[in-house]
Amino acid sequence: MSQIVRVLAKRLATSLLVLIGVSMLIFAIARVIPGDPARIALGPNATVEQVQQLRTELHLDEPIWVQYGIFISDLSRGDLGTSLYTNRPIILDIAQFLPATLELVFIAGIMMVGFGLPLGRISARYRGSAIDNGIRVIALLGVSAPSFVWAVILMLLFAFYLPIFPIAGRISDIYSIAPVTGFLLIDTLIAGEPRAFANAAWHIILPAFALALSGIGQAARLTRANMIETYDKPYVEMAQSYGFPERRIARKYAFKPSLIPSLTIIGLDFAAMLGNAFLVEAIFAWPGLSRYGVAVILRKDLNAIVGTVLIISATFLIANIIVDLLIALINPRIRYSQRPQ
Amino acid sequence: MKRSFAILLSNPMSVAGLILVSIVVLSAVFADYIAPFPDHRGAVVDFANFNQPPHWPNIMGTDLVGRDMLSRILYAYRISLVLGVVVLAIAVPIGVTIGLAGGYLGGWAEYILLRITDVFLSIPPLVLAMSIMGVLEPTLINGMMAVTAMWWPWYTRLVYNITRAEREEGYVLAAEVIGASKLHIMFREILPNCVPAVITKMTLDLGFVILIVSSLSFLGLGVQPPTPDLGSMVADGARYLPDSWWLTVFPGLAILVAVFGFNLIGDAMRDVFGGDQ
Repeated sequence: MSQIVRVLAKRLATSLLVLIGVSMLIFAIARVIPGDPARIALGPNATVEQVQQLRTELHLDEPIWVQYGIFISDLSRGDLGTSLYTNRPIILDIAQFLPATLELVFIAGIMMVGFGLPLGRISARYRGSAIDNGIRVIALLGVSAPSFVWAVILMLLFAFYLPIFPIAGRISDIYSIAPVTGFLLIDTLIAGEPRAFANAAWHIILPAFALALSGIGQAARLTRANMIETYDKPYVEMAQSYGFPERRIARKYAFKPSLIPSLTIIGLDFAAMLGNAFLVEAIFAWPGLSRYGVAVILRKDLNAIVGTVLIISATFLIANIIVDLLIALINPRIRYSQRPQ
Repeated sequence: MKRSFAILLSNPMSVAGLILVSIVVLSAVFADYIAPFPDHRGAVVDFANFNQPPHWPNIMGTDLVGRDMLSRILYAYRISLVLGVVVLAIAVPIGVTIGLAGGYLGGWAEYILLRITDVFLSIPPLVLAMSIMGVLEPTLINGMMAVTAMWWPWYTRLVYNITRAEREEGYVLAAEVIGASKLHIMFREILPNCVPAVITKMTLDLGFVILIVSSLSFLGLGVQPPTPDLGSMVADGARYLPDSWWLTVFPGLAILVAVFGFNLIGDAMRDVFGGDQ
């Protein structure tokens, strides 16, 4: 256990360092914006004095490192500044939109693991057969289209032509659920409304699957490749020579060790999904961070851009720490200091 | 080398990939001759013939201002491919050099270079490109810069991992003993051993660059109208689903075909040459 605590501490420290780097990078990017953000925020009718006043409020006339220092000291108090687009504290904006996105990404992540790993496992076990080839082609197709293309195709097939799933949104209008966590799947249960829960679950399946498809493909491909590698290991041969049932060999001797490299990449895929959620949300009118993110980027809302990217990166780093802990739980032998970065 | 190509050509998946990629590349190169309506790549309007389902001579239908979908898709391929090649031509040398330096030099150089790489890797790729694109004006050149900025770290990781393994090999030690310079060892001794993996990854990535560029323009942060682009075509058409399905389905499938083709080849190459996932 102490080993795991040490790993956790070390990963947290590295992640914090990386997060500081991210904040610097994104801050630098946001400050090279051509055009005056204050002028853009106030519109062409504002007077020069009004623009100058906002510039002073935003510290835009200070050198960039002073601006960064102010930003960090505000951040340490949990203040990401005010959005010029919504005129609200950015932290509130993000708190409002992030749960919907996270919910989508979590369900997609579960689908990625739930479908991807078994598919890869079957593929590796029946290597070279028609099943294997079929799964390989499907997995490759999955990674070969951006999630908005899958979203369009799935929506056409399963919401319009075969109206099985709802077309858009998170939940039908007839339900009004008081937000507690912001995660509808949890809030409906807290409210004790199983029908609303079922309705929300029904809404999330299609967008989550569109988002998960490339992850499923990636996970299946990885698991297959890693398992085939483990199948060549002497201990698998030994198990085979003992005459253990194939199922058991596949599960215990070939699948489990190959999980470790797969999990690392799944952590990275999670990051990709946080970005790709933007694409799926746009098609399914999912009220997540996407519309906000694109809106603040188009309006050159500096503070909001920095805040959004920072929160997304922090979420991703936390996900990766969880993945590392999972790996530590699966394989206590892993030597963290020598893990390839 | 010759044998590797023979293996590639005996694999039905890579042959299928080769065919798909040839179709894509040829239609991009010869768009001027193949496209039924070459002038429809620009700001042309034909309101007498707008938003029509597939029919002769517009076999993929027409868009909201009456332009031929097929012609626009062919020209969109051209821009996507040029972007893909340029992005990789910039990102790969940067990523490979940093990976080699980090892996071979070790110590502080390794620590700093890898932490910088980590910073880029911990922003979801699309979000990073989006914020760069949002800050800069959405032009073709800026699009290339944004995608390049998110692409090089993956080559750094790949080359770093190979270099770490290679630097313990006898031939590197031999070169060190006879007093070869660090630059010589990095670029003349270790680099050749990274080439197969890097080329395999580049083949796969040509498809993925097309995918990312289309994602950016889908969000309105990429190539701007009237320049045809697969992503923005899907975005524009998505509002007219399901009735005007051809506005989204054909550009969407066009992305799928191109990326799938490059992936089929890249996958087969990985089986032959090795390389990371």
